[in-house]
Amino acid sequence: MNLTLTSPPPEITRSESLTEATPARDSAMQGCDLSGKALRIEVRSLHFYYGTNLALKDISLPIVSKEVTAFIGPSGCGKSTLIRCFNRMYDLYRGQRATGEILLDGQNLLDRDIDVTSLRARVGMVFQKPTPFPMSIFDNVAFGIQLHEKVSRSILRERVEQALHRAALWDEVKDKLKHSGMSLSGGQQQRLCIARAIAVEPEVILMDEPASALDPIATARIEELVEQLKERYTIVIVTHNMQQAARVAGYTAFLYLGELVEFGETEKLFTTPRQARTRDYLTGRFG
Amino acid sequence: MSAGKISGGRYMRRKAVNVAMLVLSGASAAFGLFWLFWILGILILRGAPALNWAFFTQLPTPPGMAGGGLANAIVGTLMLTVLATAMGVPVGLMAGTYLAEFGRQTALGRVVRFVADVMTSAPSIVIGVFVYAVLVQPMRGFSGFAGAVALAVIMIPVVVRTTEEMLKLVPNSLRESALALGAPYWKVVFRICYRRVFGGLTTGILLAIARVSGETAPLLFTSLNNPYWNFDFTKPMGTLNVTLFNYAMSPYDDWRSKAWGAALLITLGVLCTTVIARLVVSRTQIGRS
Repeated sequence: MNLTLTSPPPEITRSESLTEATPARDSAMQGCDLSGKALRIEVRSLHFYYGTNLALKDISLPIVSKEVTAFIGPSGCGKSTLIRCFNRMYDLYRGQRATGEILLDGQNLLDRDIDVTSLRARVGMVFQKPTPFPMSIFDNVAFGIQLHEKVSRSILRERVEQALHRAALWDEVKDKLKHSGMSLSGGQQQRLCIARAIAVEPEVILMDEPASALDPIATARIEELVEQLKERYTIVIVTHNMQQAARVAGYTAFLYLGELVEFGETEKLFTTPRQARTRDYLTGRFG
Repeated sequence: MSAGKISGGRYMRRKAVNVAMLVLSGASAAFGLFWLFWILGILILRGAPALNWAFFTQLPTPPGMAGGGLANAIVGTLMLTVLATAMGVPVGLMAGTYLAEFGRQTALGRVVRFVADVMTSAPSIVIGVFVYAVLVQPMRGFSGFAGAVALAVIMIPVVVRTTEEMLKLVPNSLRESALALGAPYWKVVFRICYRRVFGGLTTGILLAIARVSGETAPLLFTSLNNPYWNFDFTKPMGTLNVTLFNYAMSPYDDWRSKAWGAALLITLGVLCTTVIARLVVSRTQIGRS
């Protein structure tokens, strides 16, 4: 059920109909040709509020299917806020709200009547700190599957094994599936969390600084894994590490002070940024 | 500044203060332990001789007659504690869960938390009188049930507050990651949060049980006492605590000796419960920081 873009891309044509269209948004997408690409998610003029505080201003951007899209920017720029809109994580907190549209397969997932539990089955998330559940490694992965499906014991076992394989963790844990998930090392715990997320068979995986609490070797493993996972899943990754974005992402969005400054193919964005602010950030003048 | 110097006046002074503080805190600990062991020692010295086979198996004798035991009171105490736990723990757990998971900022949450705090420090005799007024009088008689209700009322605030405190220790990131898998909130609470603090919850419950198993005042107004076997919760019920209270002030040597025995038994019960609580915590908390 991919959204295939017909040319011209709606991002550009639609801006006339919006009252608040800012030049920043139009130019943020400039020179990025996505025609022919399948889009998994489309963000359209998203505003996000913490109480009365506007944290995201009129964000519009596409998330290309089976690609890695990175959100970069200095702390507090809204990149985590943005990614948490994709699975409605903000619902948990009073006073946080979003306006605008985030289309997932044509459906606005910000709609009030969207069932967030099934939305979250389709849009998985991996957090900054590894958060294994207080149960065995096997049960950690099985937990999500059993939430959404009634499967037999043998199929459950297969699914758990498959998820652990895909998360590149199987060989390390196959002999201790009954051990506590909390007995693993930090990097292993994070891969367990990734296994847990992909066991549900989501379409999109959101990663909120998945490697920032890990050492360089564990980080490299996570990055390799992201590379492999994009063959099956659409991945959105928040990172404060620009090199990481350059290494793993096909597309990069640069956010600054709640605005999308620039979006484009990672290589172009890093080598020939169109916006002065992007250039300044990438060269380390601020941030 | 003599930053490079290792010895010197300042260093010596710090060392002296350190030693003095160590001695003071060590002495305080020893002082506290001294009384504790004195109490335990006397209990064992006076109570142990009373604990024989008959003590655990026979009924009390009429006043003035030697022999017999407190079997009915032992069973009564166990029955009351079990019923009180069955009534108080679920209510306490649920209310504590509400406070921690759903009512942190709500007005109702604040009220419940305040009431629980007040109830924790309410003298147990007040609760006994309260249950007397609302249960014993309308039912026209003392009953084991009323005693269990009084004990449950004492347990509830203890369980509420420990449950709340424990669940507050669960990091929000854990809740978020379970929610992010598409789990409904109640499943997150019962299957993830509860499990994470299982040791703490169990400790809270066991300590609440230990707390009420020593209560006497509320039982005087509710379950009263009964020198015979009674398994009927609608009738007065003998308990170790009330028997201890009655026997200790009796003129008979044999009864006073049995009171010591009862005191020792209650203390051992509380001790066992506390030790079990400790074990549960250490078993379940390993590797879960």
